[in-house]
Amino acid sequence: MTDILPGWLRSIGKVVISIFITMFGLLLMTFIISRLLPADPVLAIVSDHASAEAIAAAREKLGLNHPIPIQFALYIWDVLRGDLGTSLRTNQPVLEDLARVFPATFELATWGIVIGIVIGVPAGVLGAVRKDSWIDNVIRFVGLVGYSMPIFWLGIMGLLIFYAKLDWLPGPGRLDFGYEDMVTPITGIMTIDTLLQGDTEMFRNAVSHLILPASLLGYFSLAYISRMTRSLMLSQLRQEYVLTARVKGVPERRIVWKHAMGNVLVPLLTVIALSYGTLLEGSVLTETVFTWRGLGLYITDSIFGQDLPAVMGGTIVVGFVYILINTLTDALYRFLDPRAK
Amino acid sequence: MSSTASTGWVIALTPPEWRRWLLTDTPQSRWQARAGRAYLGWAAFARNPLAMLGLLIVLVLIGMAIFAPLITSYSPVVSGDTVADRFLPPGGDHWLGTDGHSWDIWSRIVYGSRTSLLIIFMVAITAAPVGIIIGTTAGYLGGWIDTALMRLTDTFLALPKLVLALAFAAALGAGMENLILAIAITSWPPYARIARAETLTVRNTDYIAAAQMSGASSLRILIGHIMPMCLPSLIVRVTLDMAGIILTAAGLGFLGLGVPLPQPEWGSMVADGRSDILNQWWVCTYPGIAIFIVSLGFNLMGDGLRDVLDPREQ
Repeated sequence: MTDILPGWLRSIGKVVISIFITMFGLLLMTFIISRLLPADPVLAIVSDHASAEAIAAAREKLGLNHPIPIQFALYIWDVLRGDLGTSLRTNQPVLEDLARVFPATFELATWGIVIGIVIGVPAGVLGAVRKDSWIDNVIRFVGLVGYSMPIFWLGIMGLLIFYAKLDWLPGPGRLDFGYEDMVTPITGIMTIDTLLQGDTEMFRNAVSHLILPASLLGYFSLAYISRMTRSLMLSQLRQEYVLTARVKGVPERRIVWKHAMGNVLVPLLTVIALSYGTLLEGSVLTETVFTWRGLGLYITDSIFGQDLPAVMGGTIVVGFVYILINTLTDALYRFLDPRAK
Repeated sequence: MSSTASTGWVIALTPPEWRRWLLTDTPQSRWQARAGRAYLGWAAFARNPLAMLGLLIVLVLIGMAIFAPLITSYSPVVSGDTVADRFLPPGGDHWLGTDGHSWDIWSRIVYGSRTSLLIIFMVAITAAPVGIIIGTTAGYLGGWIDTALMRLTDTFLALPKLVLALAFAAALGAGMENLILAIAITSWPPYARIARAETLTVRNTDYIAAAQMSGASSLRILIGHIMPMCLPSLIVRVTLDMAGIILTAAGLGFLGLGVPLPQPEWGSMVADGRSDILNQWWVCTYPGIAIFIVSLGFNLMGDGLRDVLDPREQ
């Protein structure tokens, strides 16, 4: 039966199935967490002194009168339809709230990964080429510091120094106070929306607000990217084809950037995608520090607002994006590198 | 007579002699061989100055936790005068200053080391056994049990750790036990994978076959013969994860999902000082430095340990 299908179709099928299974696991987790909660979800809707009928009606509405497996099935069905419930704070569908804040996180994480790649990859290559030299040690140490840094604290220190003391950069938020209502959200991505409006001053303002949080996330990802680039590059430079190329007199620069890099590229892609997923996650802490109205801040605000549907909705969306990135990268890796079977 | 014999024994163990005993090619006992291997590992570790620095930081942390009352003269939770001792700048009696609750920051950092170590320790002894049980069971029994357990592990591996821990901590409420549980729930999958890989390498060995033929039950073989073989690589992996556990715990503490006040915890101390950062920078700064130094220490130590145990990178 399976032999009838061409190979590529089967591969896609496997990827889709794998995403579905992992999503099922994620939903099972969020379902268990919502039912673990000490607070009674019914009380969030009706008051303490509600009549028995009102409580029964609320239970009915929430589907709590069904047996647990049925409740879970209904829960999955709701999520598949895009119904993540209604936020208790904003009184809007959670999915709409999330769609509104997602571009902010996307913008921040994307600039972060760009900084991470632009600095991290050359740094890793340099470290591998000059293995054990002082520059290699400096790069490794800077990376290790990035690994060990509590990102929320570094953000606070950055604000203290560059905003409060030196006044080189603007404070928290995505735009200065007066500007915030002047941008019509088109994509939700500030650096694009301001350009679409043709307002260069506002664009500059948006970029200046991005610098600190994006550099922070960039530092975080470059620590990982440079370390992995270095170790991938080192394993290539030990290969015999490199020796052969050297013997034939190929310039070292060409050996590193053409021959070795060609083989490093595929696994490096996996590393970059994984660290992009981690950045989406890491934005929770960064956004809290910089009052960056994205997914992360939405989730933490919802936690303190006791807004469970919003917390779970945010978890599902972050989880879904994360799973998607992981699985697709894995599939891409298998596709690009036939040795990985 | 007996005294000369004992002197001779001591002389036999002067440095070159005990090194020769450790490094011999023909060890007389299994324990001598093991001691020799451990000595070689230690020598390689000690040659790495950064790894030694990491070890030193970790030892200082442990020392701080044990001798906390001797290191500080102030209580971390009993505040000073709420007016006179509030927001004192660093220097004098309070050499890292005091915070908005008139607590001495240095003693809260010192006592906070107990919180950090406790969290690390509890996460390790919660997550590692779960991982080892799932991994060895899957590897030893094989078949559909293996498939199901590993599918479960892979699913957990593919989930975003921090956000999931956040959701757990949010649902369970703030508190030390819940914080530990939230981190442990998201950190067992790598341990399960390692335990399974180790199990697969020993599953078909003769001594396991011998145990099976003498009628030992699967449970007995798993606990008595397979799990001990998984311990060394598992311990290394747990050590490598400790910096991550510290940072996750501090992050959750910063978000207010950790240990409630007044118990000292570095992440919540940073959060506590955040609103006063412009005028009282020290409240927020010092606990953050503590988190950084300790996590750097664990990272340096872990890197050194990995270099010793996994020499492929050399």
